[in-house]
Amino acid sequence: MVLKVFFPSCCSSAESGILIGRWISEQNSAVILAVVHFPFIPVQVKQYLSEVQRVTKVSVSVLGSWSNSKQEKEESLSEFLGDLGTIFSHEPWIQISKEGDSKFWSCSTLQKHSNNPKEEEIILVYYDQRKVMLSHLHPPLATATSTDHKADDASKLSAVFDTVAKSKILFMTDRYDDGPIKLTHWQSDGVEASIIVELMKQASVPVCMLLTFLLSLISGICRSRVLKFWPLSFLWSKLSTCEQLGHRLQHLQVISSNKKAQNQTQLMRKANIFVSLLIDVALGILLMSWLYRKNRIGHLADTLIPVADHIAEELQDLLQWLMGVPAGLKMNRALDQVLGRFFLYHIHLWISYIHLMSPFIEMILWYVGLSACLGLTVALCILSDIIALLTFHIYCFYVYGARLYCLKIYGLSSLWRLFRGKKWNVLQQRVDSCSYDLDQLRLLVVIVQGLIHLLVDLIDSLPLYSIILRLCRSYRLAAGVKFRVLEQQDGKPLRLLMQINPLSYGSVIQTYRLPTYSCYPKDSWTSLCKKLFLGELIYPWKHKGEKQD
Amino acid sequence: MGERRYRSASGAPVALRRRQHSASCRELAVRCPRLQLRSLSAVTSAVWLAAYGLFVLSQNSMVLSAAIFITLFGLIIYLHFVKVDQESLLVIGSLGIQVTSSYASGRESTAFIEMGQVKDVVINEAIHMQKVIYYLCILLQDPGDPQGVSEVVPLFQGGGLLGWWISVWKSAVW
Repeated sequence: MVLKVFFPSCCSSAESGILIGRWISEQNSAVILAVVHFPFIPVQVKQYLSEVQRVTKVSVSVLGSWSNSKQEKEESLSEFLGDLGTIFSHEPWIQISKEGDSKFWSCSTLQKHSNNPKEEEIILVYYDQRKVMLSHLHPPLATATSTDHKADDASKLSAVFDTVAKSKILFMTDRYDDGPIKLTHWQSDGVEASIIVELMKQASVPVCMLLTFLLSLISGICRSRVLKFWPLSFLWSKLSTCEQLGHRLQHLQVISSNKKAQNQTQLMRKANIFVSLLIDVALGILLMSWLYRKNRIGHLADTLIPVADHIAEELQDLLQWLMGVPAGLKMNRALDQVLGRFFLYHIHLWISYIHLMSPFIEMILWYVGLSACLGLTVALCILSDIIALLTFHIYCFYVYGARLYCLKIYGLSSLWRLFRGKKWNVLQQRVDSCSYDLDQLRLLVVIVQGLIHLLVDLIDSLPLYSIILRLCRSYRLAAGVKFRVLEQQDGKPLRLLMQINPLSYGSVIQTYRLPTYSCYPKDSWTSLCKKLFLGELIYPWKHKGEKQD
Repeated sequence: MGERRYRSASGAPVALRRRQHSASCRELAVRCPRLQLRSLSAVTSAVWLAAYGLFVLSQNSMVLSAAIFITLFGLIIYLHFVKVDQESLLVIGSLGIQVTSSYASGRESTAFIEMGQVKDVVINEAIHMQKVIYYLCILLQDPGDPQGVSEVVPLFQGGGLLGWWISVWKSAVW
């Protein structure tokens, strides 16, 4: 079988020494992690490696020798390196040597106990150690969902990625440390650290504790019995603002928990929630600053009452028309008058209520607008709720009309055989046309509310941190690898460069989507129209998981 | 090594290049026919004539700017997402198979399939309208079922190669 040697590109210019890494015997491949330089004491090297093995659970061992000679090949050095093979016994002992500035290295193996004397082919694969260490290899989406994925079927590349990622502690010593072992790896020129990150790590602990305390207070208040009485609890469950606020509270609890994230998915989820909250609040504050300038709240409050009045007037005209002789049809006058007066009284009540509220509308809007600083999604939910409240009377009419219509349809369909011909649905026509006009208005309101909730859902579930990571540091989300064949020379091993193939944007969104509740009408538009025609009620606030009425 | 020219199923000339980098590594590259200038000018003139006709009817100059935008965006999207310039197959023994498509705008999309996942490489027949075309595809192993096939990956989407020279080429690869 072909021998594959994964060599870090940062060690290409290292001084001569011995190679340490992991030997994966089932794949016949060697992953080289670092080069240990002369002078060293073999006992100390073995001690260090067993220490590393204990901490990282990766079987790190001495794999071979590396010689980088600036001048002509030295015979004594090659003998010395061959002798090292006897001290650190490893099967096979890999010898890589580089002459001067040549790109083509010679690579050979020493097999003491080999059965077949045939010279096996060697492939040299260069990899970028830092990127492979930071990258997370995503399995293909089809296999990620299957549960019977065996460990021994794990792909070869994930073994390589795992080895490098788990050996972080090996990369913590740099050349300025005064240890007995001198290593070369990607961080040997100095360990990278950022003071801002360190400061934020120190500050995050007390902030998280404070946040947890505040959140426990708030959730305790929300769960208190005062708010659990029937009218209030019904109201809270129907308003989408309360749902959205509860959702965000849950998110904050996830972020401020003290437990460290166990694996990649949890870490990305936390990061996504954090970035999403940040951007939401930023957009909300932007909206607030725009809204509170030039007295826009005042203008909004001023236009609200005339619009409600206008709608009420239109409805009254419609009812008067229906109570008379609509389109020349002769109606049941008594039922006309009763239902018409009933609806007119409704409208009258509603308009008086709105007029009663009119001096306070501006103040209410002003204070409610302040809650936009909690996030753009909260502001959109409030807008949706205001629309629902203002058009509540339309919803009442729609419910009455639809129920009557529904009753008529059922009654008539069972009596259709008996009542054919002349004596046919005078009453149904009246309720029918009333229902049609109301249906159009109802459909409009449902569409507007649906769009707002769709937008809120989109903002809630978009994994912004993952998308920004894919844009800026694409090597961290890896779908796979790609190989590039470098210049070859006869007699020398095959040279390949391994690069990281980043995940596509669609897969990023699919893998890291945040779960949401959904509050928009979950029927498709065709079923919506069908429901309208048959008279079934359309509930605007059907939650996922609630059973149908 | 070397390059040979063939005709694809649609009649356009296609070039195949074989390279052997080492004993266990071979590369096959298929260069697809380039974008023809006459088809490009034909499509552009058709769109612009239609836009000018609409402009004469409606006297709205937005139609003309819209036509220019549509032509530009359409061309960019076609070159970036649709038009394949070269497809190559890199077979590295005991590592895997890498399939690269490079598009006319320079974009390269790569997929690497590990050797452990490859079940077999087969030539499939497909009936397209009135003719039969042959294409090469890789069968992927199903991790749960050793006899099953989880996915079929077709290769060389840009061409539509004739059967006889695929068998020649297959014998060269394997």
